[in-house]
Amino acid sequence: MADNGDDDPQYTIKEGDHVVLKRGDIFKAIQVLPKKKVIFEKQWFFLDNAVGQLYSSTFEIVSGNLQPKKPKDTEGSSDAKEAGTDNRHIVDDGKSQKLTRDDIETLKEQGLKGQEIIQQLIDNSSTFRDKTEYAQDKYIKKKKKKYENTVTILKPSCRILAMMYHGREPGKICHLRYDALAQMLTLANIHAGSKVLVFETCAGLVLGSVMERMGGYGSVIQMYPGGGPGRAGMESFGLPAHFHDMLHDFPICHVNALLAGTLDTTAKDQSAVEKQSNMAADEEQNQPEVKQQVSPEEKSMETNTGDDAALDQETKERDQRREAKAEEKKVKLEEKRKKLAAVASLLEGRNADGLIIASRFHPCPVLMGLLKFLSPSRPFVVHSQYKEPLIECYTKLREQGGTVNLRLTDTWLRHYQVLPNRTHPLLLMSGGGGYLLSGTTVATDRAKPGGSQRSEEPAPKRQKLTDTEG
Amino acid sequence: MSFVEYSDLIQDGDVAVVYLGHDSMMPVKVQQGAQTQTRYGVIRHSTDLIGQRYGSKVTCSKGGWVHVLHPTPELWTVTLPHRTQILYTTDIATITMMLELKPGSVVCESGTGSGSLSHAILRTVAPTGHLHTVEFHQQRAEKVAEEFKEHRVGHLVTVRNQDVCKDGFGVTGVADAVFLDIPSPWEAVGHAKAALKRQGGRVCSFSPCIEQVQKTCEALAHQGFEEISPLEVLLRVHDVRTVSLPLPDFGPDASSAQTPPDAREGTPRYGSVALKTTTAPREMPGHTGYLTFATKPRT
Repeated sequence: MADNGDDDPQYTIKEGDHVVLKRGDIFKAIQVLPKKKVIFEKQWFFLDNAVGQLYSSTFEIVSGNLQPKKPKDTEGSSDAKEAGTDNRHIVDDGKSQKLTRDDIETLKEQGLKGQEIIQQLIDNSSTFRDKTEYAQDKYIKKKKKKYENTVTILKPSCRILAMMYHGREPGKICHLRYDALAQMLTLANIHAGSKVLVFETCAGLVLGSVMERMGGYGSVIQMYPGGGPGRAGMESFGLPAHFHDMLHDFPICHVNALLAGTLDTTAKDQSAVEKQSNMAADEEQNQPEVKQQVSPEEKSMETNTGDDAALDQETKERDQRREAKAEEKKVKLEEKRKKLAAVASLLEGRNADGLIIASRFHPCPVLMGLLKFLSPSRPFVVHSQYKEPLIECYTKLREQGGTVNLRLTDTWLRHYQVLPNRTHPLLLMSGGGGYLLSGTTVATDRAKPGGSQRSEEPAPKRQKLTDTEG
Repeated sequence: MSFVEYSDLIQDGDVAVVYLGHDSMMPVKVQQGAQTQTRYGVIRHSTDLIGQRYGSKVTCSKGGWVHVLHPTPELWTVTLPHRTQILYTTDIATITMMLELKPGSVVCESGTGSGSLSHAILRTVAPTGHLHTVEFHQQRAEKVAEEFKEHRVGHLVTVRNQDVCKDGFGVTGVADAVFLDIPSPWEAVGHAKAALKRQGGRVCSFSPCIEQVQKTCEALAHQGFEEISPLEVLLRVHDVRTVSLPLPDFGPDASSAQTPPDAREGTPRYGSVALKTTTAPREMPGHTGYLTFATKPRT
């Protein structure tokens, strides 16, 4: 597995990388930081040893550290090829396992590997040999799940993170199941080079997925409610830095002003533009300066504590810091204003190429407001955990026109177990994935369809058309 | 127009989608001087289409009108000329995500069939990715290659006319993902493995029958693939409508002695209640195929 000569560094785990831990079907997103204690599946460990290893490697947890697992651990070679045919003689007397709980704990404390513990359990089970081959399989699988302390480190992707969120915190992502997210990305025709509007309260999962699909080409405008855009999930994607250049945000509370043309950015914008050149320079100087200021201070605290000179220096530094902070704040405020103006001008063209909505808010006003920013002949998708608000959206869109191809859908996802003579569906996931309303924008008429806009047109034909209009 | 890039205006040589009504669309090759017949009359390309904005309303000769839409892989899927069974958007969406496709991905596919999935893959992997698609039926391979050119995605795709089970994909060690939609995918699993990058990748096989899935899973496990996961996605389309539920007449209410005057006229006091709701279609596709996903580990 860990072969040498892997020249492409994109496949090695580096410090600061966002990664996903996997054990069985359980995922957890985490950033690789030195000496950071990670708790995953009731075990704690440090990720330090993973740095420099390849993605998709599996590790064994040995007293808090990760050890690369040997490529081919002889997979539970149950040499007991003996097996029963049915369970007519298997009695549940609670005494089939000769090892006690204490015995098992001692085995664990001795630092026995999961594999070895399982073998012990098998050897000490009086009924194992009488179980059918399939039951033996199942027994081993169950024990493996419990005693094997391995973890696989994966590179994050939309697939993995969507599955992770749905498995761990569906409430945080409005119960958007991963197959529904997949539908959204496809129905909205998300691809490189377009200009996409995203409104989500799914922790940034939808945003990250859209950005991944756009590969750093084009632009994404995140419309956000409240004080700031939620992006934790997007960060977990570990997208390259230049992907962030395509990301813009716009507070949804300014949408009305923007649509009415009363958004006050132009005046500020002008001053911002004037300052733009020196501000950019300012900022570049400022940013590292601030960072540097912190670190020398930390150092000084460590080395010469109790020194008068140090104290003096400290106050000086504090003043400096305060000044820098104020300066920074000012710059940031300007920056923010400039950004808002830039995004406003992106939106003002009303020529966005796609719209994705997945939030805990009522979708109807959101959709009606944001749809106005789309070019004609562009797709939009709205997700909602509930069907009723989407029915309302559908009705409203039909009334006001400007959209075709409206569809209200949901998907069912069924997983299968496929094993020799044991093939069947795993579980039925229904309802929970949420509903989607999708459609395509079209140019709006000056006169409403159905109203007589051109008298020379034969009426019955028009009637028929209106009926089929979807 | 291109299937991988939006444009605002309809131009000569474009493929546009004429939207006639719900579930009624047709693709049109836009050509100077050409005409298209619809049930609402003739569309004259030179005047009605060329230079118009995508999404605009076009009035046909008989006075009816249609909308002209920018092509997307999803619209193409519902309008393309079938030369084979095709994959539909629900499965395509799942495949795209579960294969982790994105700009830059290199994908192998077989068979190409009518190119429904191919267009969706191309859209997703553009502008830096590539699709190697294999179709053993010569005429289909030629036809689809022609379509790719027409749709201005020819530079992103290589069509090979060969038998994937015998000759593989024509590339080795380059793919991030492999997709199989052939009658005996288990015979191509080895080739899929060879086509994938040494660092690993994802594979998907689409099969209608569970026996095919079983054989494929066996072959995948045998070739060392991991995370083998067969699944199925079903689409439910909800029909939005207003229904009215009649209310029964319980007769005059004894407790409220004063009956409203209009109720005596002999007309029923209670009519019905109208409500907005959805109904499930009487029939829906209950099965398209099983999608079997797996990961090739680094070798």
